[in-house]
Amino acid sequence: MSAVIEPGHAGHDEHPHGPAPGLMRWVLTTNHKDIGSLYLWFSFTAFLLGGSMAMVIRAELFQPGLQIVQPEFFNQMTTMHGLIMVFGAVMPAFVGLANWMIPLMIGAPDMALPRMNNFSFWLLPAAFGLLVSTLFMAGGGPNFGWTFYAPLSTTYAPESVTFFIFAVHLMGISSIMGAINVIATVLNLRAPGMTLMKMPLFVWTWLITAFLLIAVMPVLAGVVTMMLMDIHFGTSFFSAAGGGDPVLFQHVFWFFGHPEVYIMILPAFGAVSSIIPTFSRKPLFGYTSMVYATGAIAFLSFIVWAHHMFTVGIPLTGELFFMYATMLIAVPTGVKVFNWVSTMWRGSLTFEAPMLFAVAFVILFTIGGFSGLMLAIAPADFQYHDTYFVVAHFHYVLVPGAIFGIFASAYYWLPKWTGHLYDETLARWHFWLSFVGMNLAFFPMHFVGLAGMPRRIPDYNLQFADFNMVSSLGAFLFGATQLLFLYIVIKCIRGGEAAPAKPWDGADGLEWSVPSPAPYHTFSTPPEVK
Amino acid sequence: MDDGLPTARLVRRLLLVVAAMFAFGFALVPLYEVMCQAFGINGKTAGAYTGEQQMDAARTVRVQFLASNAAGMNWEFRPLQDELVVHPGASHQMLFVAHNPSDRPMTGQAVPSVAPARAAAWFHKTECFCFTQQVLQPGERIEMPVRFIVDRDLPADVRHLTLGYTLFDITGRQGPQAQAVR
Ligand code: HEM
Ligand SMILES: [Cu+2]
Repeated sequence: MSAVIEPGHAGHDEHPHGPAPGLMRWVLTTNHKDIGSLYLWFSFTAFLLGGSMAMVIRAELFQPGLQIVQPEFFNQMTTMHGLIMVFGAVMPAFVGLANWMIPLMIGAPDMALPRMNNFSFWLLPAAFGLLVSTLFMAGGGPNFGWTFYAPLSTTYAPESVTFFIFAVHLMGISSIMGAINVIATVLNLRAPGMTLMKMPLFVWTWLITAFLLIAVMPVLAGVVTMMLMDIHFGTSFFSAAGGGDPVLFQHVFWFFGHPEVYIMILPAFGAVSSIIPTFSRKPLFGYTSMVYATGAIAFLSFIVWAHHMFTVGIPLTGELFFMYATMLIAVPTGVKVFNWVSTMWRGSLTFEAPMLFAVAFVILFTIGGFSGLMLAIAPADFQYHDTYFVVAHFHYVLVPGAIFGIFASAYYWLPKWTGHLYDETLARWHFWLSFVGMNLAFFPMHFVGLAGMPRRIPDYNLQFADFNMVSSLGAFLFGATQLLFLYIVIKCIRGGEAAPAKPWDGADGLEWSVPSPAPYHTFSTPPEVK
Repeated sequence: MDDGLPTARLVRRLLLVVAAMFAFGFALVPLYEVMCQAFGINGKTAGAYTGEQQMDAARTVRVQFLASNAAGMNWEFRPLQDELVVHPGASHQMLFVAHNPSDRPMTGQAVPSVAPARAAAWFHKTECFCFTQQVLQPGERIEMPVRFIVDRDLPADVRHLTLGYTLFDITGRQGPQAQAVR
């Protein structure tokens, strides 16, 4: 155990005890399980908030014409929905899972830097408080899309943009600290015998994600700093009038942005790689190739950013390079899908809720990968770019990808967290309603996108009306269903059948060797890994 | 378990990576500039040209002029002639008219670009109103010169160039600007 974790735990190790009583437990906690829970609750709150904004968007798009909100407010909704879902829901959920599970999976007593862990969590409510408060400011909140392209976000931005910039700085610092913590924990606190190539894939994918985070979050911080300087200090990074170039913004943003999309999916890859073997009652097929495929995806994610910029006028060789590099990513991704399917092949499958979400993940994420490949064809992207086809693509990789990965993980580990089995019947309802709602909402977007419906527009041509109504109905169904998830989780926390240490017979891993619920302190003496 | 660096050392190294990547974000700015220049990617032209060239009387190139206003700019802004037919290597001049119709003094900044973009590297400006800001009093009207040389080494398949200017209203913008403009 490293010296760094001792101060927070001085004197604790001899006599195990529970959490401090009262509210201050949550404010001051340095316990990885408490912090994991805080992250997960924060993420779910953000998910509901970002989700309500999506409901506003879909309500407006239910019919052509302007009915419910003004275009200015609509733009704020699309922007905030994207920002909150990416930075407030998906990323913190994975950090929460990492906090809870990585120490349990590698036999560590806690995260390597427990106090920094507390700080990095508590920065998030501050960041998002700031971000959401902009909606109530004169001139409104950010309205320039989650990608905040200059000059929309500089020359033409609402006054509140400075608060947006500061909020991005705070959440960036939080993510960077979280990532450093994960790297230090995984590299330094593994139990004896837990070699790198014995680590569960969730730990592997998170380790690689953490490296992606420390590589690109500073670039994001840099780009918002440049905006700040352009807005307040008279520089001209992105202003053509002063010798700058708005296209530069897009390069710097997407240098961050494309690795960011893998930050949102790699941990889900890891979780699914634990869940599918459990419910197939077979070891994971191709563990080593999974590790290398993850590394390859992470590496390639740095050299494909301009596939978001095919239409800005990059030279032909650039188009070709970024087109082929992007298509190359499909190879390691294909390796992963192949391995998941091979793991299920001839397994004794059962379909409890975690497995349902995991199987849907494999199928639907693959659909998102295919639409990604279509978008990667540079000449075709001139037709698809900035249409609903792109919206369909990234919702297929993010909703049944990242978010189903999170649901699968939550159901998989809820018995370990709460000590109770969740209500399987309700959980299956949650799955099927989410599955149907999500496909109804996002599948028609492929069609309207190919037919030319632009994204981020509050009104549309009559020809798109029916598909949009279906999308909206599906979105309402998906949104309402998530309240059922809240109910299931609360019910599981408050009671239910007691969970054994290992509630899934096919499961494997150190986290199942501790009782359920996991005691407040685990692995104070490191386990022996054969 | 202690097979890695001690945690404090590891954290320090990771923080170094963070700092380096923050710096890298800013390094992308000059890098982008250099790449665009080197490959003549986005039609950006270089700064004032000081070289001299021999006229190539055997070849002619059409140079077209475009003037447009950026959003929010209300000046009248146009070239005196739509195009010139020039010999590579020879120096030519074109005048652009700018007129401030408003009732307040305004500052304008013209930003040039050349199409086709790959020809930008062979289009030299020896003198240009875009090298400085233009301050016009209410109702004032001026003629602004640009002197240029089309390089003798312009690829043979380029017979036709367009020099476009976008005029930005930078009245009231404080701080360092324009120096970077080419
Ligand atoms: C086989 C893998 C993938 C390929 C080939 C691919 C390709 C692309 C391309 C070419 C675009 C740009 C489309 C345009 O704007 O015209 C795009 C957009 C996007 N992709 Fe993917 N993608 C893949 C996987 C993913 C994954 C795994 C995620 C996230 C989990 C993701 C998230 C996004 C997002 C968020 C956007 C839209 C960004 C925006 O403009 O708002 N993609 N993708
Ligand atoms: Cu991308």
